[in-house]
Amino acid sequence: MLAWTIYLSFAGALVLALLPKDKPSLARWLALAVAAAGLALAVQGFIAGMGQGRTVLVDLPWVPSMGIHFLLAADGISRVLVLLTGLAAVAGVLFSWNIELRTNEFFAFYLALIGGVYGVFLSFDLFLLFVFYEIAIVPKYFLIAIWGSTRREYAAMKLAIYSFAGSAMVLIGLLAAYTTAGSHSTGLIELAHANLSVSFQMWCFPLVFTGFAILAGMWPFHTWAPTGHVAAPTAASMLLAGVVMKLGAYGCLRVGIALFPRGLDPWGFSFSGIGSWRDVFAVLAVIGIVYGALVALAQTDFKFVIGYSSVSHMGFVLLGLMTLNQIGMTGAVLQMFSHGIIAGLLFAIVGRIVYDRTHTRQLAELETMHLSKRLPFAAWAFVIAGMASIGMPGFSGFIAELQVLVGAWMVRPWWTLAAGVGVVVGVAYTWRALQKAFFSDILPSAHLLEQEHEHNFAAITWQEVTGVGLLAGVSLFVGLYPKILLDAIEPAVKALLAGGVQ
Amino acid sequence: MNYADLFRVTLPETALEIAALLVLIVDLGFLRKVALKVRVAVAALLGVAGCGAALWTLQASYGAGYSFDGDLVLAQGGYVAVAQAGILVLTALTLLLLIDSNFTRHAGEFVAVVLMAASGGLLVASAQDLLVIFIGLELLSLGLYILTAFAKQSGKSAEAAIKYYLFGGMSASLLLFGFSYLYGMSGSTSLPKVILGTYLSASNGGTPLLLIALVMIAAGLGFKVAAVPFHLWAPDTYEGAPAPAAAFIASVSKVASFALLISISTVTLHFLDSFHTTGFVTFTVIPAGVPRPPIVFGFRSTWPLILAVLSVASMVLGNFAALAQTSVRRLLAYSAIAHAGYILLGLAFYSWSNRSANAVLYYILTYGLTTIGAFGVVSVVERATGSDRLDSFLGLHKRNPLLAAVLGVLFLSLAGIPPLVGFWAKFNLFAAVLGVSAGPIPFALVALAVAMSAVSLYYYLQVLKRAYVMPAIDETPIKAHPVTMAVLVAIAAAVVVLGCFPALLQGWIESFYPIL
Repeated sequence: MLAWTIYLSFAGALVLALLPKDKPSLARWLALAVAAAGLALAVQGFIAGMGQGRTVLVDLPWVPSMGIHFLLAADGISRVLVLLTGLAAVAGVLFSWNIELRTNEFFAFYLALIGGVYGVFLSFDLFLLFVFYEIAIVPKYFLIAIWGSTRREYAAMKLAIYSFAGSAMVLIGLLAAYTTAGSHSTGLIELAHANLSVSFQMWCFPLVFTGFAILAGMWPFHTWAPTGHVAAPTAASMLLAGVVMKLGAYGCLRVGIALFPRGLDPWGFSFSGIGSWRDVFAVLAVIGIVYGALVALAQTDFKFVIGYSSVSHMGFVLLGLMTLNQIGMTGAVLQMFSHGIIAGLLFAIVGRIVYDRTHTRQLAELETMHLSKRLPFAAWAFVIAGMASIGMPGFSGFIAELQVLVGAWMVRPWWTLAAGVGVVVGVAYTWRALQKAFFSDILPSAHLLEQEHEHNFAAITWQEVTGVGLLAGVSLFVGLYPKILLDAIEPAVKALLAGGVQ
Repeated sequence: MNYADLFRVTLPETALEIAALLVLIVDLGFLRKVALKVRVAVAALLGVAGCGAALWTLQASYGAGYSFDGDLVLAQGGYVAVAQAGILVLTALTLLLLIDSNFTRHAGEFVAVVLMAASGGLLVASAQDLLVIFIGLELLSLGLYILTAFAKQSGKSAEAAIKYYLFGGMSASLLLFGFSYLYGMSGSTSLPKVILGTYLSASNGGTPLLLIALVMIAAGLGFKVAAVPFHLWAPDTYEGAPAPAAAFIASVSKVASFALLISISTVTLHFLDSFHTTGFVTFTVIPAGVPRPPIVFGFRSTWPLILAVLSVASMVLGNFAALAQTSVRRLLAYSAIAHAGYILLGLAFYSWSNRSANAVLYYILTYGLTTIGAFGVVSVVERATGSDRLDSFLGLHKRNPLLAAVLGVLFLSLAGIPPLVGFWAKFNLFAAVLGVSAGPIPFALVALAVAMSAVSLYYYLQVLKRAYVMPAIDETPIKAHPVTMAVLVAIAAAVVVLGCFPALLQGWIESFYPIL
């Protein structure tokens, strides 16, 4: 049934694209229905898959002469990420209820993107995975370029070019692996068992890993992320940070690490403590964590704070992957889920609840608006989201980052120490944004006070309440009862570490 | 000499010529007083019928081809049949796009010239003899010069034609010069004998002569496929020629020329197959210390090198020059140069089995289809706005949503975004290149090609950005002729369907030319 998430999303996109332009509310409800049906399928698939390993959903020959299969399957990691996609999709529709410009096209692109994301998480054929991965690029471009804000055309083109450059690297790796393996198949399992030589894996691994990691926001290739997130309309930034960056991290895990495990072996020599690709990428991840946090601390635009915080939090995912041990990688997958939920929530609050009412994201201007009094819902929602984001125990982020840090300590303690600095700075920038945007005690000028009385902000809608409740509830639930996801993730990670995708 | 054989093998060409004459007779003889629209429609439909008839005779006639004195002159079946079918289908599509145009009052002549040029293309695709190759190329090229100049009221059209003609004449003379050297070295004009002759002659110290000949031939054929540095005519011609003529040049002429390159590459590897004789291979054991005899550079070692150089130059220059274009036609011209670069890579690393031939055929056929559609969209927009500047595409999604959707599908396919056919064509081609040899050099070249296609996304998105993102200046709807619209939608649908089910076309090609 999980495979229907893909078909349903693309069918929904097609129907919405053909819908008459003058029925925006029909388009919204249809999009919500499709997204909710996707979530229902994801939940059903997650529950049905509990305690099971990899299950094949669909396996059809696609291009027989080249051994390419339309092979959809799901293991614990896939199911968790499909669940995340379903949640993010529903929340994204709820938070874009106020899109008035070309509504049906917006949701058509939106669902096409969602369909591509579902497809990547469920593909177990490298070629198919790549196809879905690229399908997701084009809708992103149009979502940002048409419905975005600040420098949208620049940000959209930058995002598209970065994504396409990354996928070009992946394509080169795919072609190389396919021709070198000579197994006449592009199935992930067949390629993993093809006994690719160590020297081949040594250069193919960094190529493919970097290609995917560009989309995961790895420093120094992260620069598309803040500009893209800021320019994107709320739902698109929720998806970008929530699931699209996870596509990159998922590719790093499923393709980079699973197909080319020997690429992580030591080189045999070391240069100032760096003796393998694993060290290289772990160091880049740590730099991303600290750098993202420090830059977030200095931002004047509220959305940029969240944008850079995403870079920092995605660093934890990459660091977790590079630990190559059970606890660290489990943490990385859980962090993908957790950050997807929390980043979605933060972007929803900043982009939709606050910005669409105040029409500014400058912290200096928000400071004078007394938002804690005028928008108490937004303030409290941000308090909860901020707590979740800084890794407060009880929220999903805590258990995920803790596992990553423990895993990193087992490999190189200084990774943990450096990443710990990032956590502390994370508290600082979240606190700073919270304080400035909502709880500032700067007195407004008389003129502003007058304005405040004249027009109150629009009331909080039920869609916003539902969306915030959904995302915050999930983060809290997973934080209190992480076992529900860990039970799915741990066996899958164990199988992956044991070699082979099985 | 067996004329019955010749007639049987050239039935498709004959069908096209008869159709061309028929179009002229009907148009000039019976329809002189009739409205131009009707004349254009009748001429185009007769032309399409001619293509259909040729296609039918093509399917009816698989055989050994036509030989003279034991040397194969015109090949038949296999990749030749695929290329010829492609030429006929693409010609028919070009003619259907003509129905909506008004650049000329001489509809009959235009269609007749298109058909004659297409028959030249058929000859080029099947020729296995230097003289027939040259004659076929000239028949094709002369038609193209005329078609380029057909918009008599337009100065640009005349300018484009004269540039095309001058470059074309020059490159034809270079080609003939190269052929004459090859004939001198081998004493034959039949391709397998020529290839064998180059080895024999090169082993007798004729290598410099061979190099000159091959460079000359590369110049001549590089002109036909618009490979850098012989591409200078392409932007001007694509910009100035009437839209159906430009579409014809960009698709049919390319298919024919690449089919010729496939012939040359195939014969290069398989030239011994055609002699049907038993031979002896002598081995000499060279003791250590004795100097090794010099390695003989024949056709096989030089030709792929030249193709690879052309390929790299075309990919790089085509893609980067396209970034700076403001005219969509010129943009398509530079993108055509870039695509020629990718295909040349597939020809430079050519496999003994038919895999490479099929991959190149797949690429050129789907590219031809896409590019005809792209020119169709450009011509509709051009007629409504009077220009092919990027800015005339502003707000297309409001002015004609269907046309904008077709444009989106075609351009994304050209950029190589899955699940459209352009992606599969590229993947298949690059996989074939790496299948021949996975050494560092082919690998680096494929990496370059993939990187260059990432660059290409930028300029294709420039057009789509104007169609979908940027605000419209003028929101009056753009109307297109229903036939044009139907053809364009059908092409876009084919691009999507063939992309989602790549095995369809692949299987069709393999049914003619099975992979060994």
